[in-house]
Amino acid sequence: MVGVKSYGAYIPLYRIKREIIDSAMGWLNVSSLSRGEKAVANYNEDSITMAAAACSDCMSGTDREEIDGLYFATTTPVYNERRNAEVIASALDLRPDIQIADFTGSTRAGITALHSACDSIKAGPAKNVMVCASDFRLGKAGSSQEKNYGDGAAALLLDDGEDVIANMDGFYSVSYDFTGYQRAETDKFGRSWEDRWIRDVGYNKFITDAISGLLKKYNIVPENAAKVCYPCLYVRDHANIGKKLGFNPGQIQEHMFTSVGDTGTAYPLMIFVAALEEAKENDKIIVASFGDGSDAMLFETTRGIENIQNKRKGVKKHIVSKKNLDSYEKFVSFRNMLPVDKGIRGEQGPPVSSSVIWRKRRAIFGLVGSKCKRCGTLQYPPQRICIKSNCGAIDEMEDYRFSDKKGRLFTYTTDYLAYTPNPPAIYGVVDFDGGGRFVFGLTDCEPESLKVGMPVEMSFRRKFGLDERSGPNYFWEATTRQV
Amino acid sequence: MDVIKMTGSIRDKVAIVGMGCTKFGELWDKGADDLMVDAFKECIEDAGIEKKDIEAAWLSDCYEEVNVGKTAGPLAEALKLPFIPVTRVENYCASGTEALRGACYAVALGAYDIVLALGVEKLKDIGYGGLPHIAWELGSERRLIFPVFSAPGAFAMMATKYFDRYGLKPEDGKRMLAKVSSKSHHNGTLNPRAHLRREVSVDAVMNAPMIAWPLGLFDCCGVSDGAAAAIVCRADMAKDFREDPIYVKALQVAVTPGDEYMCTDYDYTHVETTYRAGEMAYKEAGVDNPRKEISMAEVHDCFSITEAVTMEDLQFSPRGKVKEDIDAGRFELDGEQPIQPDGGLKSFGHPIGASGLRMVYEMYKQLQGKAEKRQIEDPKLGLTHNLGGVPFRSICSVAIMGL
Repeated sequence: MVGVKSYGAYIPLYRIKREIIDSAMGWLNVSSLSRGEKAVANYNEDSITMAAAACSDCMSGTDREEIDGLYFATTTPVYNERRNAEVIASALDLRPDIQIADFTGSTRAGITALHSACDSIKAGPAKNVMVCASDFRLGKAGSSQEKNYGDGAAALLLDDGEDVIANMDGFYSVSYDFTGYQRAETDKFGRSWEDRWIRDVGYNKFITDAISGLLKKYNIVPENAAKVCYPCLYVRDHANIGKKLGFNPGQIQEHMFTSVGDTGTAYPLMIFVAALEEAKENDKIIVASFGDGSDAMLFETTRGIENIQNKRKGVKKHIVSKKNLDSYEKFVSFRNMLPVDKGIRGEQGPPVSSSVIWRKRRAIFGLVGSKCKRCGTLQYPPQRICIKSNCGAIDEMEDYRFSDKKGRLFTYTTDYLAYTPNPPAIYGVVDFDGGGRFVFGLTDCEPESLKVGMPVEMSFRRKFGLDERSGPNYFWEATTRQV
Repeated sequence: MDVIKMTGSIRDKVAIVGMGCTKFGELWDKGADDLMVDAFKECIEDAGIEKKDIEAAWLSDCYEEVNVGKTAGPLAEALKLPFIPVTRVENYCASGTEALRGACYAVALGAYDIVLALGVEKLKDIGYGGLPHIAWELGSERRLIFPVFSAPGAFAMMATKYFDRYGLKPEDGKRMLAKVSSKSHHNGTLNPRAHLRREVSVDAVMNAPMIAWPLGLFDCCGVSDGAAAAIVCRADMAKDFREDPIYVKALQVAVTPGDEYMCTDYDYTHVETTYRAGEMAYKEAGVDNPRKEISMAEVHDCFSITEAVTMEDLQFSPRGKVKEDIDAGRFELDGEQPIQPDGGLKSFGHPIGASGLRMVYEMYKQLQGKAEKRQIEDPKLGLTHNLGGVPFRSICSVAIMGL
């Protein structure tokens, strides 16, 4: 039986209250949309980095050598050519002989990827597939999209083993070419039709059709479902959809709209993860997406659910780990919507060599260093000759991955001279628990909160200060954020 | 520390018989060629030689892309050196001493009698303050994994750790460092060639805008244009040129294999290459007690914290105790062991490739008793300390010279 074996999520540290966007850019309409806050990716985050973080969470305790597939869903791929999931797989240091795919084109792609993963496992080639969904969507300054969209990611590990925590029991889907919201190749921002029309003809109808179709197909009455999870475009309509379908308010999984926002492809998966975090054995959970129709899936938890709960960062813990941005300008500069002065130094980044990236891919993307087989010294970057002067063994190294190791901040500075898109540049020396040291950028932390000896962990981020001709670059930074 | 293996020595085999040094500063009207010619002219006049007497030359500069370009050719072209061997060297901020080292070793070997070492840097044509973007310098692999950092930031991490290790409150640590900078600013006022020539009080240093916590603007040295040059000859012929040649007692360099950023045993409250180059130089020069025997030093005070820990690394002050010596005024111009009599990198300025030779210039003048208002009393042995890179990835040269 195919089902969910593990889950994970990622929500960026920063939040912005919708009223701050309104007070900066308020236009006519929709003070009702200005309730609550939304999650905001840091300047060095995108759909790839957030998905990698959710996958790391999902994989904790799993041997990454055993992962047979990685499916990535997003409407905001970093690359149109160069598979985005490959970058994530490199960051996770997965095996090269696995099934990898990007799913995109619609916010429902997250559930599409989830369903495809189940099919792939059923068909045989993969014993398991990790599915991640992540979105980093831009809305025009002052638009309702800008206020609604939140940034975040979720990951689910699908498996056909005995130890799944929730079986996948059903799928039902409706598909329409719906032009309520669309974004063409040439568009930086999407185009939207009247929101009341989208609400009545799209959102209310599609989700209702998919969930009622699922209930009918599998002969389930609403009372038998523990939780129903679906995206929220409008808080009041979110409640009404469930009510119309026959669910009582306690069965409708909280929408996260006022804490995280509409995270696109990741949205239904994140709500599903939140439901799993509180589920009990034998809970039936329905998950539905929205976008050009809707997909609905039916899961039922197993006894194993309790073994994983609270062992992941997941959604709940990420929601409470936050820092509110009180500056609209900072928010838009994080999204590269405001031209920010880089100074000449920042404009003159040196070239990035593709052949170097290829040759050093495991060291760069996987943060894989070396362990000396003779003296046991851990070292990064990988070395051929042991750094320990009293050892000096030549070519006696084995690989050692630092990305999943925690560490301590040995020393640090906050630098107002070095180029960063988000000054000051913060960096420090990290000593890894168990051995190994390197100098890393520090992210998602405030200068005044830093202390020698603070615990840190590693986070895959965009790297700046290099030639922009090479496109986005990635490396690891240390964060003091505790989720 | 590992046992120092040192088969030979250049002690007392070579001498410096002429030196030149330009004014350092933001020299908008001078190019690298002008600076090289100015330093060279003073240098050969001081030595009383002609260009045709020079058998070989060494050029040091660091940021050649924004300066003279590659090869040693620019030195030969600027000075019209007539088809002699010229070598260009680069070892970050320790480049100047590296040029001198090449010159001294070639003469000590007996290959030449009279050679030139010249360092130059034209930093103020880059279009912004500070040094060029670090990612360029790290090479095509390291730039992909090291964070974008700056020199002040990399040294600031040493101050953060020093304060933490020795239990200094930030304001007490910053005051200790401010005294270092304020002292050098005072010395700079006495030096007509210095870039920055004004007194800066301890309070002004402490309250300056932050560059990289905990280092403020006045904890950082000047970023300057300039050149300095030396004529090196065989020791036994030095008195043919002048009555007061300066003899090289030791000239050592240590380069890190990368321990500091990979091994957890580096404490980040000192600079390992400084300690090692110092130990090697003391052995070569026969110095047993540096605190007593070294009359004066020009050290690489790129940042106030660098000078502070250098006092410990060169064994002028016991580990963790430099604050006591700073508070006691030991390193001031009229103190027991004057440091930076010419104002140091802090106020004389720091044209990277020239700085090592600029330090030697001051030591040469001090030992000859020609340091004018800055003259210290009866110096016997002088030391220069020229540090390249950053604490976690450094190169250090130490030279000791005397009459």
